[in-house]
Amino acid sequence: MDNQTMRHRLIPCLLFALAAHASVAAEAPPDPLGSVQWARYYDAYFSDGPVTFDPRVRVFAPERAEDSMQVPVTVDARELGDVREMVVLADYNPIPLVLRFKPQRAQPFISFRIKLQQTSPIRVAARTAGGTWHVGGMWVDAAGGGCTLPSEASSKPDWTARLGEIYGRLWPDDGNRQPLRVRMMHPMDTGLADQIPRFHIEDLVLRDADGSELWSMQVYEPVSENPVFGFDLHGADLTAGPLELNGRDNNANRFLARFAP
Amino acid sequence: MNRRALASAAVLLLALLVRPGLAVELDYGLEPERVAPDTYVFVGTTEDFDRDNGGNIVNTAFVVTNAGVVVIDTGPSRRYGEQMRTAIARVTDRPIERVLITHHHPDHFFGNQAFADVPIYALPATRRAMLAEGNAFANNLYNMSGSWMEGSEPLPANATLEAGDLEVSDHRFRLLALAGHTPADLAILDTTTGTLFSGDLVFDSRTLTTPHADVDAWLAALAVLEDLTFVRLVPGHGPVREAADARIAQTAAHLRWLTGTLRDAAERGLSMAETMNLPIPEPYASEPLAREEFVRSVVHLYPAFERQVMSRVDVARP
Repeated sequence: MDNQTMRHRLIPCLLFALAAHASVAAEAPPDPLGSVQWARYYDAYFSDGPVTFDPRVRVFAPERAEDSMQVPVTVDARELGDVREMVVLADYNPIPLVLRFKPQRAQPFISFRIKLQQTSPIRVAARTAGGTWHVGGMWVDAAGGGCTLPSEASSKPDWTARLGEIYGRLWPDDGNRQPLRVRMMHPMDTGLADQIPRFHIEDLVLRDADGSELWSMQVYEPVSENPVFGFDLHGADLTAGPLELNGRDNNANRFLARFAP
Repeated sequence: MNRRALASAAVLLLALLVRPGLAVELDYGLEPERVAPDTYVFVGTTEDFDRDNGGNIVNTAFVVTNAGVVVIDTGPSRRYGEQMRTAIARVTDRPIERVLITHHHPDHFFGNQAFADVPIYALPATRRAMLAEGNAFANNLYNMSGSWMEGSEPLPANATLEAGDLEVSDHRFRLLALAGHTPADLAILDTTTGTLFSGDLVFDSRTLTTPHADVDAWLAALAVLEDLTFVRLVPGHGPVREAADARIAQTAAHLRWLTGTLRDAAERGLSMAETMNLPIPEPYASEPLAREEFVRSVVHLYPAFERQVMSRVDVARP
């Protein structure tokens, strides 16, 4: 091998090494919420794309949680436009990941309730088509205990009779929004309360009558017992017929519901 | 024992007796306001619990009868109860005859420890709720009011009462067993002076709270109060007013506005967090704690309205 060839091979190698080094060493951008957990979550979930803190990711929750077992949260990233995925974290929860939502043909909007173990930021990252994570969030003050307390169902002998009951409604499109709201009977046990194993809904997907997905979601332990979810289907073509919600929990129970527009 | 040892023992004893510091600083400054013959009210602020007010956000009262003092509610802490008792002793040297507790919320009964030597009466459901929820209340109050709560424990009523007439020497009371703000709300009408103690069935100049509310029962209770003949009303929170200015109808109107707003939000498909951010109209927007209490009420009351607009949609798997 002559010097010339050697140099040709060395340069790409060096560039690769430099790039690899840069990606490993990428520093988390400073967190406007001032959470000590941010750098860790940045490395775990968001270091694969540019990250920008963006007021267009709007997070609504009470500043003080009245009930740590049921803290209502609404996330509205409709201003961002083409959102591919939304990740919700409660920074200081023992299980921080709350849910991952892929809006697909639904609006990048979701509401739900969570258990909070202590005062914590609630953080939402919305990934747009170009790969950028747009991050928003707010602090919620909580007396706590939400995650390590047993579900109400776990103390009632008849909860299994209602497991899998689903209530809901699909509203007509008013030209601005088209709400879909769903309430599912499920204990959503975190596994952190004494003697009560982890038991929670894992996956939910909404399809139209042609089998095409409108949205899909991974659900984690911090989502509250008997979850209530809200979506916005404004603009989606629902002419194929009734919508089907399919779900599954970590014990392989399957759930099915149907919504007529 | 030699002289020196005796002296140091005396100093030690004195130090133990005086205990300077906290106790002196944390003074609720309770001043009884005379609202009718024999009748006094400690009027609290229209705020939420915090480390400045120590929970002095509530009205408590006492009636001096010939047989002794009838105390109505004991305040948010042991310290409050003790200071209340001291303040009562400045008005009269008669003994405390009994205590009546209007309902089981902690700002109304956490002073009970200061009255443990006398009968403390409450409705049976109020006593049960004190037993069931007292410890959770204590945690919450320690969080919000800090050292003011030192030494406070939830001491439930030690006796129960029922609706009817109660004669204490020269005062005749009518006890009304109502509900709606909580599962059991006691209203007390002193027919001797025409003073109605409504407890938290009536809120005046402070946004009402709903953690245990049953709105329909509450409206029914307010209708009962509207029909009573009285001269002045002592609400659970807010100023004492003459009957013509009492805020019974206003409390009912507030409840109707609140539930109407929540019903409408549920019918439009709004989420709970969106509902919390709805605009609050006048006159409710100007009341102290308007947004804070609206947000809390959404948490308490919205799930029931949500359920009403959803129907069963699960289907058996093929």
